[in-house]
Amino acid sequence: MAALLEIAGASKSFGGVFAVADVDLAVEAGDIHCLIGPNGAGKSTLFKLVVGTYPPTAGRIVFKGTDITQAKSFARVAQGMSIKLQAPSVFKALTVRQNLHIALQDHVARHAIGTEEDRLLETLGLTSDAHRPAGLLSHGQQQWLEIGMALALRPVLLLLDEPTAGLSSDETYRTGELVKRLNAEGTTMLIVEHDMAFVRQIATGVTVLHLGRIFARGSIDEIVSDSRVAEIYLGTPHGQ
Amino acid sequence: MLHLLNGPQTLGNGRGFWISAGFVLAAALIYPAFADPYDVGNFAYFLIWVFMALGLCLMWGYGGMLSFGQTFFFGIGGYAYGVFSVDLGNAYGMALGDFAMAVLLAGLAAAILGYLMIYGRIGGVFFGIVTLSVTLALAFFLGQTAGPEWAIGEARLNGFNGMQGMSPLSIPWFGGGIDLEETALYYFVLILLVCTYLALRVLVNSRVGNVLVAVREDPQRTELLGYDVRRFQFGAFVLGSMLAAVSGVLYTSWGQFITPSSIGLPAAAMPIVWVAFSGRSDLTAVLVGTFVLLAVFQTLTIYSEQAALILMGLILVVTVMVAPQGCFVGLSRIANRLPKRNRTLRVPSAEPG
Repeated sequence: MAALLEIAGASKSFGGVFAVADVDLAVEAGDIHCLIGPNGAGKSTLFKLVVGTYPPTAGRIVFKGTDITQAKSFARVAQGMSIKLQAPSVFKALTVRQNLHIALQDHVARHAIGTEEDRLLETLGLTSDAHRPAGLLSHGQQQWLEIGMALALRPVLLLLDEPTAGLSSDETYRTGELVKRLNAEGTTMLIVEHDMAFVRQIATGVTVLHLGRIFARGSIDEIVSDSRVAEIYLGTPHGQ
Repeated sequence: MLHLLNGPQTLGNGRGFWISAGFVLAAALIYPAFADPYDVGNFAYFLIWVFMALGLCLMWGYGGMLSFGQTFFFGIGGYAYGVFSVDLGNAYGMALGDFAMAVLLAGLAAAILGYLMIYGRIGGVFFGIVTLSVTLALAFFLGQTAGPEWAIGEARLNGFNGMQGMSPLSIPWFGGGIDLEETALYYFVLILLVCTYLALRVLVNSRVGNVLVAVREDPQRTELLGYDVRRFQFGAFVLGSMLAAVSGVLYTSWGQFITPSSIGLPAAAMPIVWVAFSGRSDLTAVLVGTFVLLAVFQTLTIYSEQAALILMGLILVVTVMVAPQGCFVGLSRIANRLPKRNRTLRVPSAEPG
């Protein structure tokens, strides 16, 4: 069976400098695939190619068998992707409940929206904050609200860019458990992440990017025991 | 029915609000029985401008697009009505046809301009600059159409002195049409305004309104929820601009003239002043605020002549300092103990414009 998401030969250059060069990546349905790499490896650029922030300079992106290389972000979302960017971006002036409502309104029958909002608020632990403006939530709560909004779209593929950025270790662990639970319920995930403890907690497959290219791939244990990966993370030159 | 009119995007959703609104409407309906026709016509004049303000409220307050072009579409509507009225007449209900065609023409202009701006990704302050530029260009262009060669059919554009001689709106009736002037115009405008206000309330509290508010807050986030942001902005821009054209047609019919000065810079700033003063994030605030501000301005002009503009400026400065979200949005929060859900909604957006 073809992978849920296939990236073939994707490159992106900015003014002649390749941030991502000739990357092949396949995410199978049911995976929690983590994309890791040191700063400047091209993780976020690759993520943005998948999200549709900008089109690749070369290569193809196929989702559920459809070529989406040139599709706009909203069209990708309509096909079953859901996206959470790195910086928390919720509608700060609107209430928590309204944030969820806007995410839910095209995916749930009108009469069921209220119930679904309540269920999500409960899952996110935000029931008592439902009527507060989302801008007044803590950083961690905003991250969770945004994950909740991403989930409201009932995605087939959930894309998360550094979901644990700025979270405490306890919040990070709880986010990991949430990710695993959602995966068990059938959501495939592609996650860009820095935190190796978090990756170890959740990942079924890992791809390491370095200088815009695929550097290594495999299971988390294979990656962790790969000395070359340790080298690029620690900054020691190859072969020394 | 009421549940369609109420929702998180409008202030005033309770029974108390609707009962008071009913009283205000009843008072407005019986007002002509007690007032002299001149005052009634004057009231109609105030109401005429409210359409334009509601249009700007929709684009700017809800959709986050500050358009300086309301008088551009006001002018297109007004001049088009003048031309159609002179060339096609107003018999047998044709005046209403002229009205509809003028508004549709403005809608077409809005669609072209809106498409170029919104799909060309012109946003933020440049949206205001482009809309202001086309507005000034139209005012300047019409100002130099004094010669006899500037005529469309029988209709002379007449340069800076403006068009005259169009017939008022009239509705077909047994044994000839009823010309809409003074009291008849007042009722026509009032009913049209009530319908427009209610329809806009339904719109902003619907799925579309939710998305518009989301776009105002964070367009990228909205797109990542699967909404084609530009389509919603485009729709709001065209609709808001067509409402300005409604004001233009009614104004032209009311005075049976229109001049380029009703398009140019001082005029173009007025809708922004009304909407900012009233509270741009709420339709009711803009409806009430615009009416009150126009009445205050006229009174000030009568009693203080040259000082009126300065006094108006003072009122605006005080409003912006005391209640940045707008006078009537601020007042409604203080006066009514609003349900918590609504009170928390109107945190002013951090983004200017």
